[in-house]
Amino acid sequence: MTPLQIIFLITSVGILGSALMVVTTRNLVHAALWLVVSLFGVAVLYVMLSAAFLAVAQVVIYIGAIAILMIFAIMLTRRVAKDSGPQTNPNWTWAVVVAAALFGGLTWLLSSWNGFSTPIPELSSRADPLSQLGQALVSPNAYVLPFEVASVLLLSALIGAIMVAWDRRSG
Amino acid sequence: MLNDWLFIGVFLILAPIFPALALVIPRLIAPRKPNSLKSQTYECGIETVGDTWVQFRVQYYIFALVFLIFDVEMVFLFPWAVAFDQLPLFAVLEGVLFILILVAGLVYAWRKGALEWT
Amino acid sequence: MGDPITLIGKWLENLLYSWGLMPGVVSLIMAVIGVVVIASAVLVLDILLVWVERKVVARFQDRLGPNRVGPFGIIQPIADVIKLLIKEDILPIGADKIVYNLAPIMALGTVLLLWAVLPLSSTVYGTNLNVGVLYIVALGAISTLGIIMAGWASNNKYALLGAFRTVAQMVSYEVPLVIALLVPVILARSMGLTDIVEAQSIWFVFIAPIPALIVLITSIAELGRAPFDLIEAESEIVAGFHIEYTGMKFGLFYAGELLHALTVGGIIATLFLGGWRGPGAETYPILGIFYFFIKALFLYWVIMWIKYSLPRIRIDHMLNFNWKFLTPLSLVILIVMAIVDKIVPKTSMLVYSLVMLFVNVVVGWLTLQLLRRNAKSARMRVAEPKPVARPEPSPTAATSQTSSSSS
Repeated sequence: MTPLQIIFLITSVGILGSALMVVTTRNLVHAALWLVVSLFGVAVLYVMLSAAFLAVAQVVIYIGAIAILMIFAIMLTRRVAKDSGPQTNPNWTWAVVVAAALFGGLTWLLSSWNGFSTPIPELSSRADPLSQLGQALVSPNAYVLPFEVASVLLLSALIGAIMVAWDRRSG
Repeated sequence: MLNDWLFIGVFLILAPIFPALALVIPRLIAPRKPNSLKSQTYECGIETVGDTWVQFRVQYYIFALVFLIFDVEMVFLFPWAVAFDQLPLFAVLEGVLFILILVAGLVYAWRKGALEWT
Repeated sequence: MGDPITLIGKWLENLLYSWGLMPGVVSLIMAVIGVVVIASAVLVLDILLVWVERKVVARFQDRLGPNRVGPFGIIQPIADVIKLLIKEDILPIGADKIVYNLAPIMALGTVLLLWAVLPLSSTVYGTNLNVGVLYIVALGAISTLGIIMAGWASNNKYALLGAFRTVAQMVSYEVPLVIALLVPVILARSMGLTDIVEAQSIWFVFIAPIPALIVLITSIAELGRAPFDLIEAESEIVAGFHIEYTGMKFGLFYAGELLHALTVGGIIATLFLGGWRGPGAETYPILGIFYFFIKALFLYWVIMWIKYSLPRIRIDHMLNFNWKFLTPLSLVILIVMAIVDKIVPKTSMLVYSLVMLFVNVVVGWLTLQLLRRNAKSARMRVAEPKPVARPEPSPTAATSQTSSSSS
């Protein structure tokens, strides 16, 4: 195994383990903090894929904003931080069957895919992926429409959030 | 590029060790005699009243929400800023349009009074 | 190159290769050595900063400051550290042990990590990440998380309230900070801090004074220093999020704050004041380290100056100042500078810089006009007669008061 593969395995185990802790821990703040660990592991995976921008964006947005928002939400809702209800759903046997089938199916599908054995094409050393991403975002031949639509989406998200969270004034 | 990140990774592993060492030393040399009165949480000298979970203002949440939206927007703009040399004027204006759409959101929040702390 | 640090690094690398180690292992060992050297140097500097801070604040307040332990009291911080080390460590009842202990480690650790990307000179730097500026923002995000962890795990009302205030302030001021950070990225066409320093043949503070000022103000808010220290307002919430921390754990928060202040100085110096640039720094990179720390310490002094001169602001003023002043201003200056950058030809760097400076001055002047009008209307509003009955100031009352005070 190459060192990169070893780091990948450790990171993956970390991500899966902390994801498991998110759903099993009874303390909601702990769950949010485990989620942070899990999200951070995903950022490490991005780094190993040479997607540095995506990795920092993951940390800035998911850990810096979304996790904080979640912790705020948990702290704003009084007396639910410690959940004492049942942790499993009565249908959990079916869920296990479906999950196992899905996992088996995906494994079967991917085992015949040659993507794992083909080596990664080398990036040309001159190309700056960040600059190319920036050009692609505003180039009419590429993603300018999704880029502007993303802005509209964010705007509607902002307005919607204010409408939902701030309606006691509007009435 | 991975070499750069090797340094960051090593730093990420080693950085917590320095402060952690500073926390281990007092364990060995500092006195440790906890008692139930000493371990009470501080509340201006009186005994602690009620639960720690007091009700917070919803405004904290609103500000975090507005921040989240702007954060996502700004992260999008960084590649645009890096690629500035290769961008023609209209591409720059597209970025400006992207910002202006979000400014509409800020104006909305402002007019709605969501940015007030009352 | 006559740079001892690079020479030592090269010599060490060759030594490791001569032992027959693989290139991967060598770079790993070099990285570990580099990290340990940078982190220890920064931590030693941090201990010195305690002395600097106390001495400078004493001068601002017309006192002498520490002057008993060692010459000029320079050994005082060592005595402080020893005192903190032998203090009893108290875990409050109901505290969440792991999270409670993790929070101070995160507070200092995230600040240490910032030094991984700061270029100390043209040859001495941790790494030149191509996403350097965003890396700084990301670490700020993680330190926010550390504060909320500290506040929540302490199981104390004041700590939780302080953590909420801190996080509200930090996330709010991150918006204009990140917007203003886009400006040096646009000017340098790169997010790598080394590239940004390379691009500053004319310091960016002269090309973009308003973004530099916004970054300074918002960074002070991110630090939670006065006038933005309402997150640890003693009269309201005692000490804020670190109220329950004792001994070395409190010491880590304190050290983290001081080091963060210097680091912020270093970041602003790198982004706007030309980093290691200075006369002779190209040929003698070791001089660059000197220039870098001079600039960083100067900015640290400015931050202290502001801290000890201005009173604390109210939370609604803090939020209004951010959302209704800094954020719109930073957006305007970003848009204007982005467009001007494309219109003005880059053939002459001097003309380009002068036009940018002019644009900044115009925006700044318009902002001041707007502020003046706003202040006028605010004064009118406050001066309006209140429905509360006030005693008429009578001449007899005034004279009796003066006579009683003089007697």
